[in-house]
Amino acid sequence: MITAAFDYHRPGTLDEAIGLLSEHEGSAFVIAGGHSLIPMMKLRLAVPEHLVDIQNIAELSGITVSASMIEIGATVTQADLIASDALFEVCPILRETALQIADPQIRNVGTLGGNVVNGDPGNDMPAIMQLLDAEYVLRGEGSTRTVKARTFYESAFFTVRDESEILTEIRIPVPPSGHGHSYQKQKRKIGDYATAAAGVILTLSGGKCTDASVSLTNVADTPLWADAAAKALVGTDLGTEPIKAAVDAARAITNPASDGRGPADYRTHVAGIMVQRAIHAAKSRAA
Amino acid sequence: MSKTQVKMTVNGKTVEALAEPRTLLIHFLREELNLTGSHIGCDTSHCGACTVDMNGKSVKSCTVFVGQAEGAEITTIEGVAHEDGTLHAVQEAFRQHHGLQCGFCTPGMITRAWRLLQENPMPTEEEIRYGISGNLCRCTGYQNIVKAIQAAAADLSVKEAAE
Repeated sequence: MITAAFDYHRPGTLDEAIGLLSEHEGSAFVIAGGHSLIPMMKLRLAVPEHLVDIQNIAELSGITVSASMIEIGATVTQADLIASDALFEVCPILRETALQIADPQIRNVGTLGGNVVNGDPGNDMPAIMQLLDAEYVLRGEGSTRTVKARTFYESAFFTVRDESEILTEIRIPVPPSGHGHSYQKQKRKIGDYATAAAGVILTLSGGKCTDASVSLTNVADTPLWADAAAKALVGTDLGTEPIKAAVDAARAITNPASDGRGPADYRTHVAGIMVQRAIHAAKSRAA
Repeated sequence: MSKTQVKMTVNGKTVEALAEPRTLLIHFLREELNLTGSHIGCDTSHCGACTVDMNGKSVKSCTVFVGQAEGAEITTIEGVAHEDGTLHAVQEAFRQHHGLQCGFCTPGMITRAWRLLQENPMPTEEEIRYGISGNLCRCTGYQNIVKAIQAAAADLSVKEAAE
């Protein structure tokens, strides 16, 4: 399939890129890896007149880990995330999730920035960013703002990002050391989007859960941060009853579509199973 | 919507051409450079028949615009054999172990396996299956492809030990 015609730009600096977006506002799209955008352009679901390729902007490609904060540039690929031992040490769920996205070739090109910013509810990283309470840095002409992942997504492919803004960086607070984590994804085959998926991180102290976060992928038109599910776990011993309460609370906020991955009620059911498995796995990994 | 000048290195040779920005790398390779070894299978980044090597990494060339490959080092299936025309160990192993039937997926499969064995010279069967999970084969059931890659890994490690 051939996409509609467009002009291609590859600026070397962020200012140039922002200038191009603002000059062609509404008709210019940012392209990083392009593995979401190009398929959409082939189907004419996206018809940009200008593409602004950000691969040459060096400041967008770094991973920095400090004591309290992880900073990941927008053009860092899934393969880069998997390869980073520094990242794995403090926040292993990022590698676990990235390894469940698509296949090796696509992870070599597809970026974390693209995955979180395009608003596709099938993408896995948005729910992980909500799980970890990440924030996104958005740069526009003369403006910089940060938006929490938990408030970024409005509906499928709609986010609070303005068309003239570029996502430059993802900031993730370093989760507590000794936390347990798990991302459980049911999919029909390698490379598929989730039928339903759930992320869990939790902290244990003296056999009690002192802190928890739960989120869900692809069971609504946005990723879902399941606050009530997490609250059902905190203060408990993570026994059968609180886990069941968390599963019920997570299922209650789902609103999936019926599609090739199954009818809506089945996908809601699977979401609960994924939450249950993720809690068990996270509990077994917590120190 | 003007054409843009693109320049890259393909199989060790510098190539330069004018291309429409919407040209996909696979179309550029096949139609502009007449390198028709890389195939277009699904055209939706699922099947991996179009897999080429870009800057030392396997990519699906149906999902890369030619401008994104500006300045890149590309290796296609045509660049995998040795300069004297003898087959690379991965190619030879696919031949010996019947790692293909219709052959349509083979250029992508071999280009991917060739890179996989550079990333991980002695993969387990599971690592091979996971490593080629972006390449679909509808004939073989993968058994002989996996055997071929295992044989190529053994062959390459013997050659390396001899050097």
